[in-house]
Amino acid sequence: MDNLFNRKYTIQGLFIVIGLILLGTLFYIQVATDKYFISAESNVLRKIYTFPARGVIFDRNEKPLAQNEAVYDLMVIPNQVKKFDTAALCRIIDIDMDRFKRNFNKATAQSRYQPSIFERQLSIQVYATLSEQLSRFPGFFVQSRTIRHYPDSVAAHFLGYIKEVSPLDIQNSEGYYRSGDYIGKSGVEKSYETLLRGERGVVNMLYDARNVPKGSYAEGRFDTAAVSGDRLISSLDLKLQKLGEELMRNKVGSIVAIEPASGEILAFVSSPSYDPNLMVGRNQGNNYMELLKNPNRVFNIRPIQGYYSPGSSFKPLDALLGLQEGVIDPNTTFNCPGYFKVGGHTVKCEHVDGNIALRRGLARSCNTYACYVFQQLITQRKYPNQRVAYDAWQKKVKKFGLGEKLGIDLPSERNGRLYDASYYSGKYSKYWNYGTVISLAIGQGEMDATPLQMANIMAIIANRGYYIKPHLVKAIGKNRVIKKEYVKKNYVDVEARHFEPVIDGMQDAVNAPWGTAIQSRIDGILMCGKTGTVQNPRGKNHSVFIGFAPRDNPKIAIAVIVENAGYGSTYAAPIASYIAEQYLRGQLPKNKLAQVEWMKKQVILPEPPKSKVKPKTKDKDSVTTVSPPPTQVTPNNTTTSTPIPPLK
Amino acid sequence: MINQQSSNRFFFNVDWITILIYVALCGIGFVNIYASIYNPEESTVFNFSTNYGKQLIFIITGLILGLSILLLDAKFFSIFSPIIYGITMLLLIVVLVVGRNVGGNQAWIPIGSFRLQPSELAKFGTALLLARYISSFNPKLNTLKPVLIAALIIVIPMCLIMLQPDAGSMLVFLSFMFPLYREGLPGYLLVIFWGMVLLFILNLFLAPWVLISSILAIGGLFIYFNKKKQQRMIMIGVITFAAIGYLFIAKVIFENVLQPHQRTRIELILGLKTDPKGAGYNVNQSKIAIGSGQLTGRGFLEGTQTKYGYVPEQSTDFIFSTIGEEWGFTGCFVVIALYLFLLLRVINLAERQRSSFSRVYGYCVACIIFFHVFINIGMTIGIIPVIGIPLPFISYGGSSLWSFTVLLFIFLKLDSNRMGFI
Repeated sequence: MDNLFNRKYTIQGLFIVIGLILLGTLFYIQVATDKYFISAESNVLRKIYTFPARGVIFDRNEKPLAQNEAVYDLMVIPNQVKKFDTAALCRIIDIDMDRFKRNFNKATAQSRYQPSIFERQLSIQVYATLSEQLSRFPGFFVQSRTIRHYPDSVAAHFLGYIKEVSPLDIQNSEGYYRSGDYIGKSGVEKSYETLLRGERGVVNMLYDARNVPKGSYAEGRFDTAAVSGDRLISSLDLKLQKLGEELMRNKVGSIVAIEPASGEILAFVSSPSYDPNLMVGRNQGNNYMELLKNPNRVFNIRPIQGYYSPGSSFKPLDALLGLQEGVIDPNTTFNCPGYFKVGGHTVKCEHVDGNIALRRGLARSCNTYACYVFQQLITQRKYPNQRVAYDAWQKKVKKFGLGEKLGIDLPSERNGRLYDASYYSGKYSKYWNYGTVISLAIGQGEMDATPLQMANIMAIIANRGYYIKPHLVKAIGKNRVIKKEYVKKNYVDVEARHFEPVIDGMQDAVNAPWGTAIQSRIDGILMCGKTGTVQNPRGKNHSVFIGFAPRDNPKIAIAVIVENAGYGSTYAAPIASYIAEQYLRGQLPKNKLAQVEWMKKQVILPEPPKSKVKPKTKDKDSVTTVSPPPTQVTPNNTTTSTPIPPLK
Repeated sequence: MINQQSSNRFFFNVDWITILIYVALCGIGFVNIYASIYNPEESTVFNFSTNYGKQLIFIITGLILGLSILLLDAKFFSIFSPIIYGITMLLLIVVLVVGRNVGGNQAWIPIGSFRLQPSELAKFGTALLLARYISSFNPKLNTLKPVLIAALIIVIPMCLIMLQPDAGSMLVFLSFMFPLYREGLPGYLLVIFWGMVLLFILNLFLAPWVLISSILAIGGLFIYFNKKKQQRMIMIGVITFAAIGYLFIAKVIFENVLQPHQRTRIELILGLKTDPKGAGYNVNQSKIAIGSGQLTGRGFLEGTQTKYGYVPEQSTDFIFSTIGEEWGFTGCFVVIALYLFLLLRVINLAERQRSSFSRVYGYCVACIIFFHVFINIGMTIGIIPVIGIPLPFISYGGSSLWSFTVLLFIFLKLDSNRMGFI
């Protein structure tokens, strides 16, 4: 029996070994790995998101520019769907059977147990019909959310638009966005996305094995309510913006109006424009494709993306820099024989002015005067050579916000164009001097500015020497925060006293009988400005006016560009005067309404791009009749070697 | 004087430590059944229409049953063991006729509102008769005839249970091998038996030619090392070819004898199939529940897997998943430690018996409980196929609790009387 007694230990040993095996396995699945813990969480927890309303965007007088409107997404949980009358559902939400299958398969592919969007953005009318019959469609439910609505259909380029996030957006956001979220894709909606979007709410719900909700997780301790986005008060003036868009209807170009003292942009018109409501809702994609067809590129934000030679509007800068450097004084005269000649370059002047000083030179927009000042600046003795002098000049010009982004609070602003000496040295080797770049003196040649930059120059002159970065949002949220960079004064290093003579000249341009924009004089308001007729290599000249008003304590600085409209005085100047008067007086005088209406009706669109096939049909007509003159070419635009614009 | 001494002896002689563990396990069972069925909307402990209410009745009646067993004469079990065995076998036949079919098994006899499971009773019936056979005849278990008789005692209930068919309960009877081993059954028989089980499993895993060639290689190796001993060489050769022949038989058994759902379960455990939503659902959810308990558990009534019904049959066969989820590794450790302590204690108690009847019976008790614990916990953590047998003292169910109580308390009675002769 003794040897059998030892078998007790074999059996007890077996018990212990098996016990240890069990404990070891338990240790692994319970302590060593959290795989099962995570599985348990995903078994029972469902996060149900509630969407916040986007922040409302107001104009400067707190009239809404962008609001929210409720829409309804039809959601589906595929594994809860039972047999139902598919045709009825299709009828109610107005889709066909193919689309139904496509949507359903897409939802199933996403998840069989989690809700996904079946059909998005149903209107309230569809929702009303649907909700009565929803019980017929097990597995389907409706989730409300808000989309944008633009009550006045204005300021599309300023507002931009929102769109459902793309997979790339989700990836870039490091997990913030989820499929089905919306994101600002352009305009303020994009640049202020993080403020406007608000915070999603989340409810952590527990579900049992039969997918029946069992109430909230941890008494809702981890639940959050959706927080609406911050409201934005833009600097735009709704009335002014509307007037500007109406005036620019059927024209190509832009209007930028700035309040000089604050840098707030009052009007931000880019034409052609579109109804921002087209970029909302179920037809967004189709509308977008339709808008893309417009040859004048609707989605260009011309105020910050359009490149124009500043032309005559650059001349005040010549004068200001001349005065600051001491190379001229207000009474310095130059002789204008009708042109300025340097080396092989000739810059023509519209008129023979004889001896001309600053005030009249600006009022009459004398090219010769501008070229002389430029010559004086670049040939100063204090610089070792003209190339160094040019760089010094270029830096001073840049202080006025040319050649670099101004830093407006919109995405996609462009730099403009202004080269430094090394660029020209690269192009002409060592052999260049002020004569080579003399076109810059009159704002032509290798220099481009956006309408915003032009308006900003006017704000600098109106402020007598500084600007505040132009911006479109003046207050964020309930506390009306404003970004610090939009209150800082940027000085241009020209003393205030030098501005008065320049402003004298600009005052005369609008108010003196010999001024170029005398027709646009406003009774009782001293507007200062300059017209420009900017050479356009691709067609008819652009009509430009820049200015500010009133002369003392200016309230509005403005730049108007009407592409292909010829002289600055015919279109741009009157439009600017209407805008200025509307803003300063709050309304337009009755005697001007007819003019304004006339202006609104003008159609100035560039000729469609020439196609090789098109003339044929016209030729047939022209055979019978006397052949009409070919499309009018501006007679002024006849310069050859040097880019010399027809300036007034 | 004598009376007092005998009554004192009664209380001192009963092993109260074992009873304490028994009560502790029953208590753990009740708490976790309560948690498994817990419904926040109607949370009264003494609601006898619910399963935890019923379990409380089972525990109380079980205790009464156990204590009344302690009051019986110890000789009763030895004397009446053939009759008890006979009755339980009769019940196993009755259940085939009048039994209720639950979940594919005809294992229950409805009596009033309760259901009797004869296969549970057959365990201690068989244990008693086996003990009686060995104690009465003192057979030499290394000879053929006694082994066959002992095997017959075990195989009869196995066959009857297989007709229900309830593979889980049937397999438990394999645990009687260990008491026989203790009483002299040669160790190599056990090795051969479990070797066959191992081959059966490997047969499903590996391609036949891999298995056959590796058996031949191992056999060849053994022959090479024993080339001086002719007798051994022949034996090894026979075993090798028997093993290969067995492979084919095993394949046939697996494909033709086993139920399809049993096949699937075995395949799932061995990782031959993955199907977390289908047949593997129970195990998967049970593992998730246990694993999510981590070190200290989610706390009483806080287990989400348990509360929201992710683990099927949670109060019965999968009760361990509740323990694992709500009490964590700590709780599991305590439970397994209690079982181990109980088993080792019972073995130790068995070895101090004077009568071989008590010793053999003690071993039977320990091994039956061991088998249940190992298979049940093993299946909830996915290391053993899903075999539907309860966790002793903890799982919900009157039949199971009572039969384990009776099983254990008969032994305690025998132990308290160890000085007497049976």
